[in-house]
Amino acid sequence: MIRSITQQKPIEEIEQLLEGTGRVFIIGCGTCVTLTQTGGMAQVEAMKNLLSEKGKVVTGMTVVPVACDNLTADILKEFQGPLKQADAILIMTCAFGVQTIARQLQRFVVPALNTMCIGKETGAGEFNEVCKQCGTCIIGETGGICPVTACHKGLVNGPCGGTNEGKCEIDSNKDCAWTMIYNRLKDLDRIDAMRKYQKPRNHLGEPSPGKFRIPA
Amino acid sequence: MPSAFKKALNSGKFVVTCEVAPAKGTNLENMKHHVELLKDKVDAMNVTDHQSSVMRYPSLGGALTVKELGGEPILQMTCRDRNRLALQADLLFASSRGINNVLCLTGDSVMLGDHKEAKPVFDLESSQLLKTIRRLESGKDLAGNDLDGGVKFCAGAIVTPEAKPIEPQLIKFEKKIEAGAEFIQTQAVYDLENFKKFMEYASQFPVKILAGIILLTSAAMARFMNKNVAGVFVPQNLIDEMASAPKGGALNKGIEIAGRMIRQIKEEKICDGVHIMAIGKEEKVVDIMQAAGL
Ligand code: SF4
Ligand code: SF4
Repeated sequence: MIRSITQQKPIEEIEQLLEGTGRVFIIGCGTCVTLTQTGGMAQVEAMKNLLSEKGKVVTGMTVVPVACDNLTADILKEFQGPLKQADAILIMTCAFGVQTIARQLQRFVVPALNTMCIGKETGAGEFNEVCKQCGTCIIGETGGICPVTACHKGLVNGPCGGTNEGKCEIDSNKDCAWTMIYNRLKDLDRIDAMRKYQKPRNHLGEPSPGKFRIPA
Repeated sequence: MPSAFKKALNSGKFVVTCEVAPAKGTNLENMKHHVELLKDKVDAMNVTDHQSSVMRYPSLGGALTVKELGGEPILQMTCRDRNRLALQADLLFASSRGINNVLCLTGDSVMLGDHKEAKPVFDLESSQLLKTIRRLESGKDLAGNDLDGGVKFCAGAIVTPEAKPIEPQLIKFEKKIEAGAEFIQTQAVYDLENFKKFMEYASQFPVKILAGIILLTSAAMARFMNKNVAGVFVPQNLIDEMASAPKGGALNKGIEIAGRMIRQIKEEKICDGVHIMAIGKEEKVVDIMQAAGL
C-alpha cells in the first residue's frame, strides 16, 4: 500500500509557528503516520506533554482514522467544544490531512510534520519512495524500477560517475538506482534496454498542479 | 574549421590537457597566472564548472578568459544547474565566442557542494547533452526549430574505469560515444595494469582516451581518496611510496609519481594522452610534465 512518509518538524519550528497562541488542539491520524510513528496516539500524547511543559494549554486531542478522508469533518464534530476553545490546531498528519482539515474547518492550522514523499513499506520499519508521479511513466524500459525516483539525479541513461559499490554518491545507505536497474535487467536478460538511448524526459506530463476529471 | 584541440587529438601526438579553476569571486589573477603559465605547454585546458558543486565564477567566463589569453579552452558543462534552454543558450554563446571544445558532464549532486539547499536541475544528463550538441550542429535546437547561425564543437565526456560495478559504467561509456563523444577523459587512474585492461576494451571504440592523472600531495590524500572518492583506487605501493617521502618532500614525490605514470603511458602507448588534474596546485603541472619528459 502506498504511504505518506512524514517526519516531525524541529520543535523550535513548531514553537515558532505556534507563537502568539495559548490554547492548542492536537490531531493525529490512524493511517500512514501511525505506521511511521510520527502522528499516532503515542506521538500525539508526547506532543501534548511537550507543549504543556512549554506553557501551552492543550484543549484536547484526537487521532482520526484517516485524516485525508472527506468524513474527517464529521468525526471532528465530537470535539466541537475543545476545538472552538483552541487558538490553533496542531496537526500531526501528512500535508494531505493538514490541507483537508484546514479546508473543512476553515481554521488556523499548524503542521507538526514535514511530508517527505509518497513511499512504500519495503521492509519492517523501512519505507522507500518508489514513484514521484511524474505523469510520463518510463519504467517499461527500466525493469520496473523507476530511475526518475530511485536515482538521486533522476538520470535515465545509466549511472553517473558517483556510483559506488552499488550505492549512491550522496548516501551509502541509499542504493544506486542504476546498479539495481542493471541487475534487474540482467536477470531478465534484457540488458539491451539499458543500451538504448533515452531522449530527454518529457516534463509536460501533467503541468503542476495536477488535476483529473473522469471524462463524461 | 576543427578546433586546435581537435587537430591535436587527430594528429596522433600524445595529447596533454590540464585544468584551471575559476575563482570564488571576480579576482581572476590566480587563474590568469595559471593560464599564462600553461597555455603554451598543454594542448588544451579544461575550465571547471562549479567543481564539486561549489559556486564559483562560471566556466563559460573562465573559458573566455583562457581564449582571450591565447589558450585553448575546453568548456566543462554540467547538467546540474541549467535546464535544456539554458544549456543550449550557453552552447550558442560559447560557439559565437570561439569556444569550440566542450566536456559534457552530468555533474555532482548539489548536496556535495556549498549551496546544499539549491534546486538540482538535471533536465539533461551527459549523453543527452552530447546529443544536444550534435543536434545544434545539424542546425536545429532540441525543439526542432531552425537556428540562425550554426555551431561546431569538439565534444567529450568522462568515464570511471575503476567504477564498481563496472558493467553499468561501460554501458554508459558506450552510450556517450554513440551520442557523439569524440574524446573521453578518465577519472584518476593509478593502477596502470588495471587501466591497460580497461584500454583493451576501450580501444575498440572510435574515441580518443585521455588518462586522468591527479597529483598526489600526501599519503593521507591517497588514503582519503580511496575511502571517499567513488571510482578512485590508489594501490598500496603508491601510498607507501608517498609515505616514504622525507619530511616536506611529499609533493615532490607526488610529482615524481605522476611524471613516471605519464611517461609509462606515453612510452607504452597505452592511450592517446593524459588529462592532468593538479587540484589547487596548477603551477605544478609544469613540473609534472618535466618529470614525464614532455
Ligand atoms: S517514471 Fe517513475 S515517477 Fe514517473 S510515473 Fe513512472 S514510476 Fe512514477
Ligand atoms: S550514484 Fe546512482 S542513484 Fe546516485 S545519482 Fe548517481 S546514478 Fe543516480
